[in-house]
Amino acid sequence: MTAMLETRGLDRHFGGLHVTKAVTLQLQAGDRVALIGPNGAGKTTLVNLISGVLAPSGGEIRLAGENVTGRTQAQRVRAGLARTFQITTLAPHLPVQRQVELALFEHEGLTGRAWRSIDGYPVLAEEARSLLRTFGLGAHAGLATERLAYGEQRLVEMALALALRPRVLLLDEPMAGVPQSDGARLLAALDTLPKDLAVLIIEHDMDLVFRFARRIIVLAEGAVLADGTPEQIRNDPAVRTAYLGH
Amino acid sequence: MQLLANVLIDGLAYGMVLFIIAAGLSVTLGLMRFVNLSHGAFAMIGGYLAAMLTREAQWSFWLALPLAVVATGALGALLEALVLRHLYRRSELDQVLFTIGLTFFLIAATNALAGPQVQLIVLPPFLAQSVDLGFRTLPVQRLFVIGVGLLVAVVAAFAVTRTRFGVWLRAAVDHAETAATLGVPVRTVQCACFAIGAALAGLGGVLGAELMPLEPYYALKYLVLVLVVVAVGGMGSLLGSLVAGITLGIVETASKYLASEWGSLFFFLAMAVLLAWRPQGLLRRGAA
Amino acid sequence: MTTSDAPTAICRAPRCAPPWRLPAIVLLIGVAAWWLMPEQLGLLTRIAFMALLVLSLDLVVGVAGLATLGHTALFGIGAYAAGIFALRVHPDPTLGLLMGTAAGAVLAAASGAFLLRYSGFTFLMLTIAVAQITASLAQKARDWTGGDDGLSGFTMAPLFGRFAFDMEGRTAALYALGVLVVGLYVARRVVDSPFGLAVRGIHENRARMAALGTPVIARLLAMYTLAGALAGAAGAVSAQTSAIVGLDSLSFAVSAEALVMLILGGAGRLHGALIGAVVFTLLHHTASSINPYHWLFVVGAALMLVVLVPPRKAWDRLRARFAFLGGKASASARETA
Repeated sequence: MTAMLETRGLDRHFGGLHVTKAVTLQLQAGDRVALIGPNGAGKTTLVNLISGVLAPSGGEIRLAGENVTGRTQAQRVRAGLARTFQITTLAPHLPVQRQVELALFEHEGLTGRAWRSIDGYPVLAEEARSLLRTFGLGAHAGLATERLAYGEQRLVEMALALALRPRVLLLDEPMAGVPQSDGARLLAALDTLPKDLAVLIIEHDMDLVFRFARRIIVLAEGAVLADGTPEQIRNDPAVRTAYLGH
Repeated sequence: MQLLANVLIDGLAYGMVLFIIAAGLSVTLGLMRFVNLSHGAFAMIGGYLAAMLTREAQWSFWLALPLAVVATGALGALLEALVLRHLYRRSELDQVLFTIGLTFFLIAATNALAGPQVQLIVLPPFLAQSVDLGFRTLPVQRLFVIGVGLLVAVVAAFAVTRTRFGVWLRAAVDHAETAATLGVPVRTVQCACFAIGAALAGLGGVLGAELMPLEPYYALKYLVLVLVVVAVGGMGSLLGSLVAGITLGIVETASKYLASEWGSLFFFLAMAVLLAWRPQGLLRRGAA
Repeated sequence: MTTSDAPTAICRAPRCAPPWRLPAIVLLIGVAAWWLMPEQLGLLTRIAFMALLVLSLDLVVGVAGLATLGHTALFGIGAYAAGIFALRVHPDPTLGLLMGTAAGAVLAAASGAFLLRYSGFTFLMLTIAVAQITASLAQKARDWTGGDDGLSGFTMAPLFGRFAFDMEGRTAALYALGVLVVGLYVARRVVDSPFGLAVRGIHENRARMAALGTPVIARLLAMYTLAGALAGAAGAVSAQTSAIVGLDSLSFAVSAEALVMLILGGAGRLHGALIGAVVFTLLHHTASSINPYHWLFVVGAALMLVVLVPPRKAWDRLRARFAFLGGKASASARETA
């Protein structure tokens, strides 16, 4: 079965710094994989490489078998790859519903249309509102995004990624900066992700990782240290060593 | 050959004037990230002060020049301490709007006080003559400007790399908050830097009065040229401003001599090419 | 960020105002002014095409978020295109208007393709370079543009074959107003379309839009081209209604003044551009007739005041009052740029 996402020998240098070292991994449809590792291991860099924000110094990236290594971020999104950001990256003044509609417009290829008003797409509008409702944000659809609580903004990040109907979803520390009180909603949202979606999640919260992930990849100093089930990772001595100073 | 020499000398002089004026702006932009579009006004004020002193008060040029420069610096310090420092935290757009408004205001004030006519600075006989080097005669004024420019560049380089102030400056450029916790008097550095930049602008205004006539719109007209030098040289880089100033000064002078119907085309073409090649500036970094 | 002061549930995004509303209001006010002040028609004409210029600038600065000081190039090339067309090809105003609009669009598309590779301060400086290069070329091409003397000696044919451009300027004023109203309608529709929403998204967070798969540069270039078309149209109107085109239509001062008018009127919602243009063209006219430098006192003081004593609350209240014109401004949200 062709992997939904595959990297082969992915490398990245920053001047003299070798930040990503020959990373090879695979994600199948429906996978729930967590990417963990000490600070500075290069997890976000890896996500940036896969999503196209950074260009690799070497190696290959394949999306459902297709080689996307040379493609731009936008092209990879259209090929079915979506991501969220560790630091919330939203348009602050747009109403939440409009922002989700933007994702839907973009997915349907409608952002080239310059004449009909955005109010003239009732089906898309309802789809946006319904998506927000599944995240418990229905009551805030009309608010400017910056008015939402931080935890709710993290949920909007996720909603936007899902609005793109991706085949592969990269979540970069979705719980980062979210107070405990809002954490439950995020966890619930993670449980509702489509079953055939391949999900790679970077997280530091170990409870979440062991609860959510069926497979764990450990990254240390830019290289894959271990790749296996939660049980295997828990008992791996190399992993324990990598975390000891942590 | 004669033409080439003229272009080089005049171009170098023009470039030095641009550098001297731009130096202060480059450091302000690079160090304090403060977009000060009223910088041209300091050059104008320095020039006007020298003109007033030499013409109305009949002072000697050699007295008027330092006084005009110091006065402009003092004015800069005053402005910075009283008004401009409150804008450091504001958005770039707010800074642009305020300083442009200040410039407009100063232009109108200059006109109200001194009228719209061009102000001339009375040069001492020493500078007004030409010196015969045997193979060529060169106007002393041009040599004086080039000399001052080199002096400024050398002193600035020395000050930044060898003195305590220079260390503080570079620390404050690289990381203001950390510098403050390490005991660097950041506020003093900022105010001093701004004042020195204003003083240098005033110096440039005086030295360049022949090439850039002093009239009320000066503050806006030559702002664009100075901004270009800063952009091409790289914000915060004194050496960059020097290289950019000289390059663009020579280009502009050459085009004036050889292709005057094309106006400033080559100046801006050169600028566009250089910026497109190095968008961050030729030598972008912290100060020098 | 908390929702402590959030209103009770807003389950739907506010709807956009109908696109004809603002143009209709402008048309009504304009025609009323035309009727009531027959001795001020020259000023009215100037206000109309300045408003169109500032409107086009709003698309670039307020909607797309690209700070530019080179917008005058698009205005000037439209003016020269219309003037040269009237002089050498055909004096029909509508055709000339089309030529001016096309010239603005072409220059915007060509320069934008280069400029949009850069951002921030570099972009700003390069827009100045493009404008100055355009001005230098216009000065050099004396045979076409008249150089320093300007382009003159062309007379416009009657509008639609029937309405001659009379000495009092009655036709000219209505013509300028008409072009403004049409341009405003087009701008309104585009800003409230999915394309306009995408451009606004790019303005607010480029990284977010890239993450949604938006071809960012392509969208910005399209908006820049549209703005160029409108600016070119404004230039064409200015040329046709005054029967003269000078190098000052390509001067840096025009770019700077338009930007100041836009910022003081309020960027991003289109009606701010109109307000800024009207208020400041009137002020400029009044102040200049006393002393050309007085205008600078007024504007300078206004700019400093606006920054030092940010009348955010006053502007927001005012804008909320006028929100029905622009549609979905929520009381908190709208920035000035």
